[in-house]
Amino acid sequence: MLLIECPWCGARDEPEFTYGGEPAVRPGPATEVGDAEWTGYLYLRGNEKGAHRELWCHSAGCGQWFVMERDTVTHATIAVVRR
Amino acid sequence: MTARRLAAGGRIDRTRSLAFTWDGVPLSGFAGDTVASALLAAGVRVVGRSFKYHRPRGLFGAWTEEPNAIVDVTLGEVEEPDARATVVELCAGVAARGVNGRPSVARDAYGVLDLAHRFLPAGFYYKTFLRDWPRREARIRAMAGLGRVAGTPDPRRFASRSAQCDVLVVGAGPAGLAAARAAAASGLSVIVADDRFIPGGSLHWRAATIDEQAGADWAAATVAALAAQGVRVMARTTVFGAYDHGAYGVLERAADPPAGWAAERLWTVRARRTVLAPGAIERPLVFPDNDRPGVMSADAVLHYLRVYAVRAGESAVVATNNDSAYEVALALHAAGTAVIVADLRPALPEAARAATAAGLRVMANTAVLGTIGRNGVRLVDLGPPDATSARAATMRVAADLVAVAGGWSPTVHLASQSGFRPRWDAARTAFVADTLRGDQHFIDAADIAGALEAGHAAGVAAAGALGRTVALAAPRTPPPAAAAPLRALWRVPIRGARQWVDLQNDVTADDIALAARENYASVEHLKRYTTLGMATDQGKTSNVNGLALLAEATLRTIPEVGTTTFRPPYTPVTLGAVAGLRHGRLYAPWRQLPAHAEHAALAAEMREYGGWMRPACYRRAGEDAAAAVQREAAAVRGGVGLFDASSLGKIAVAGPDAATFLNLMYYNEVATLKPGRIRYALLLQETGVVYDDGVVARLAPERYLLSPSSSHTQGVLAMLERWHQTEWPQLRVAFHDITAAWATFVLAGPAARAVLAPFTDIPLADDALPHMAVAEGRIRGIAGRIARVSFSGERSYEVSVPAGYGLALWQALLAAGAPHEITPYGVETSSLLRAEKGYILIGTDTDGMTLPDDIGMAASLRSKSVDFVGRRSLLMPEARRPDRRQFVGLLPADPATVPAVGAHAIERTADGGLRSLGWVTSAFHSPALGRSIALGMVQRGRALAAAGAVVELYHLGRITRARVCAPVFFDPTGERLRA
Repeated sequence: MLLIECPWCGARDEPEFTYGGEPAVRPGPATEVGDAEWTGYLYLRGNEKGAHRELWCHSAGCGQWFVMERDTVTHATIAVVRR
Repeated sequence: MTARRLAAGGRIDRTRSLAFTWDGVPLSGFAGDTVASALLAAGVRVVGRSFKYHRPRGLFGAWTEEPNAIVDVTLGEVEEPDARATVVELCAGVAARGVNGRPSVARDAYGVLDLAHRFLPAGFYYKTFLRDWPRREARIRAMAGLGRVAGTPDPRRFASRSAQCDVLVVGAGPAGLAAARAAAASGLSVIVADDRFIPGGSLHWRAATIDEQAGADWAAATVAALAAQGVRVMARTTVFGAYDHGAYGVLERAADPPAGWAAERLWTVRARRTVLAPGAIERPLVFPDNDRPGVMSADAVLHYLRVYAVRAGESAVVATNNDSAYEVALALHAAGTAVIVADLRPALPEAARAATAAGLRVMANTAVLGTIGRNGVRLVDLGPPDATSARAATMRVAADLVAVAGGWSPTVHLASQSGFRPRWDAARTAFVADTLRGDQHFIDAADIAGALEAGHAAGVAAAGALGRTVALAAPRTPPPAAAAPLRALWRVPIRGARQWVDLQNDVTADDIALAARENYASVEHLKRYTTLGMATDQGKTSNVNGLALLAEATLRTIPEVGTTTFRPPYTPVTLGAVAGLRHGRLYAPWRQLPAHAEHAALAAEMREYGGWMRPACYRRAGEDAAAAVQREAAAVRGGVGLFDASSLGKIAVAGPDAATFLNLMYYNEVATLKPGRIRYALLLQETGVVYDDGVVARLAPERYLLSPSSSHTQGVLAMLERWHQTEWPQLRVAFHDITAAWATFVLAGPAARAVLAPFTDIPLADDALPHMAVAEGRIRGIAGRIARVSFSGERSYEVSVPAGYGLALWQALLAAGAPHEITPYGVETSSLLRAEKGYILIGTDTDGMTLPDDIGMAASLRSKSVDFVGRRSLLMPEARRPDRRQFVGLLPADPATVPAVGAHAIERTADGGLRSLGWVTSAFHSPALGRSIALGMVQRGRALAAAGAVVELYHLGRITRARVCAPVFFDPTGERLRA
């Protein structure tokens, strides 16, 4: 169970948070985005071993989404960023 | 049976005699006993039958390491299968039963299996039943196995707790207490958790003098001093798992919980630093027939003697490869047991001197070469450790106890759970945890003096890491005598005799050699192939011997073989404790409607819908649910019905950019919606899949009210928040779930307006409040809202008042509607009414692949130009396939038969097979049409409907026919909605 540093509330237990996956930049406008590019945005993620950027929401707390950079091997928190 | 309780001594309360039964036989013990110590005191030798061969087995250990004494325990209505008798605290009335023995472990009919052991080697099941395991599984499981699960609910209460501390100390033996004492002296908050009944650990059975006190007295004084400083010292509490960021899973067992109190509490403890002081577990020695009852860990023998005042045997052979057994030999001798010491080492160590002086026979270079005795050791053969044949025995002695001391394995489990593998220390002949997670300290000591010193140092280091200093001296104890090194001998080199490595799983040294020959040379493969180290004891006594034998068999070193992965839990955790209170009604508490009491008074059939308890229908006397639904539906169409829609989601959206934002979220155009108007709209996922539907009401230019499905309200709110925060944070808009603040009732039917009119100042004339309009005003003088929307196809008003007025309004509407024979109707009736109109129910008629066009809503994609959520996905080739399943109506050929939901629409393939075109999603008998109707998703369904095609419906081998039609059966032009 991770101890997550909410950038607004401070350190809280993982069950207070919702995981949102790797942030992806939404391509657009829709009429100009190719099928492959859109598929990549929807489904393809880097899933890096090591430093990994993730979206988290303090859903049982302040409700804010933020980006956490985390080491997926050691589970150490590298940085949390307010949006 | 021989009574073996000493007349005095031990930590039992002899004033409290406790009656219990063993396999139905009445016995008694004392308060402070475990079931195991009481059995040993009563002279019970066979406490279990082995897993595979049904060999008789006796107690080996005295605590959680015990491999043999697996018992089913019953106390009142509580049944605990597969408990270890060594850790079950004796209480009056306990019924304990041995497992895996029929009729009992003492007289087990399956004992004959042992005669066939040559045909049941490692991997036997894999090899033999590869092909027809399913056919044989039941019989094999009946023969090989453990306890019986009661199959009845566990009546005990379990609780969950959380705690935080600066320093968590795991273990309250000499090391843990020394660490806790130092950390607490620095002013830090400290929790000490220890799994035994009394803190103090080995100080209760190993002799020590600390700060001029007897070890156990020092432990008691230290615990008292810690408690006085505010340290929480938790007995009967196992730290079973180490998790991320200093979190630990901790199971606390109540000693004798009062009625209604939790029997066990599962703690999540978050600690800044942790001192792991779990002690060490004694290893067995591996020699022929070393599994007979009476072969016990020497340390366990001492434990039984000093803690429970039970002598484990009348005459004993103490077999050892290290110095620690000499204290055991002397204690047994002092208690009146005849003792012979067989030391594997070539020369007697210094430690033997006291034993010799006491008159014990002590032999160097001597191993146990075999044991004899049907249901327990009777004779013991001794001889040279390098003997290759049982005939090499030089001596046969009568003994009913073989106390074995094979060296010590530090309990590295918790330290290793973080992913750091323990290291083999050849000098100490043990795996040690010297690479640790940064927030952990591990104490590993060979004796009590070392434990005190290292424990104190760890406490000081933990405090130092948190910026504190400790002004307290370490506990003082006389320096120990220098210990002679251990002699590792992993088995006696006699071939042909069975030498047991894992008693719980019936794994012998030969099984390990066989696995190695069959190339299961990786330690992880060895474990799975032979089951070494599995089950309730997880190899606490067997693993190191097993690894060492695998190393020998594969000509590798022990570090090259390595260990298997250490994972939580350290000891079994009751599933009930994991669930805590989160089960049954409390798992996901039901929500009740504001008018719940009225529904109950009307004898509504309440069912759970998406977490809400709602009336399914209101059955009258002599009426079943299906008949009630038919009656209610007809009453709505013929007059007026009243429906409690309070659970329908209500999300308020406000802000200058509310229109812009919602237009990006919704599939349908909602920015052009005029204030006071309502539009039906879909919410898609970014993949284009329909996530929810509902009406969007614009109350004012900057104020909207969304009505998501009852079960999707939280999901829709979360979705709005996420898109707002992560994609369009510049838009000024806010969201609020106001579902629970409002009671909402639907008046539906031709007489709805007549019933409602006297209640409100909101004009209800059709030009003032037409279909799909909303108005705010007063309902019986209270600020409320009326929305004219319909899920039934009838003239319909959704009336909302603050939740607290809901009950009264419901009563008043029923009373006012009486002249019109107003009929309350439930969710099932609502579902029938909407099916007659072909209105979809999200999640019922749609699934995780449904796109808007599939349910006939293609217009927005053509007309909207903003990049709403999901838009681009609707342009993908998959979304444009011509053979997608489409939402259609199905009229069964037999109007009296309602097709099964889930029945497949099929076509015949060229080879005579059946192929699914889709399926029925909703089906009812329609009272309005007087026949059966169905809705479904069918490939190319709209074309089939246009052609009036007949399809076959397949369900459980039966085929019926239905005509495909447009998905609206009743009032297709919507005249009743408006007029």
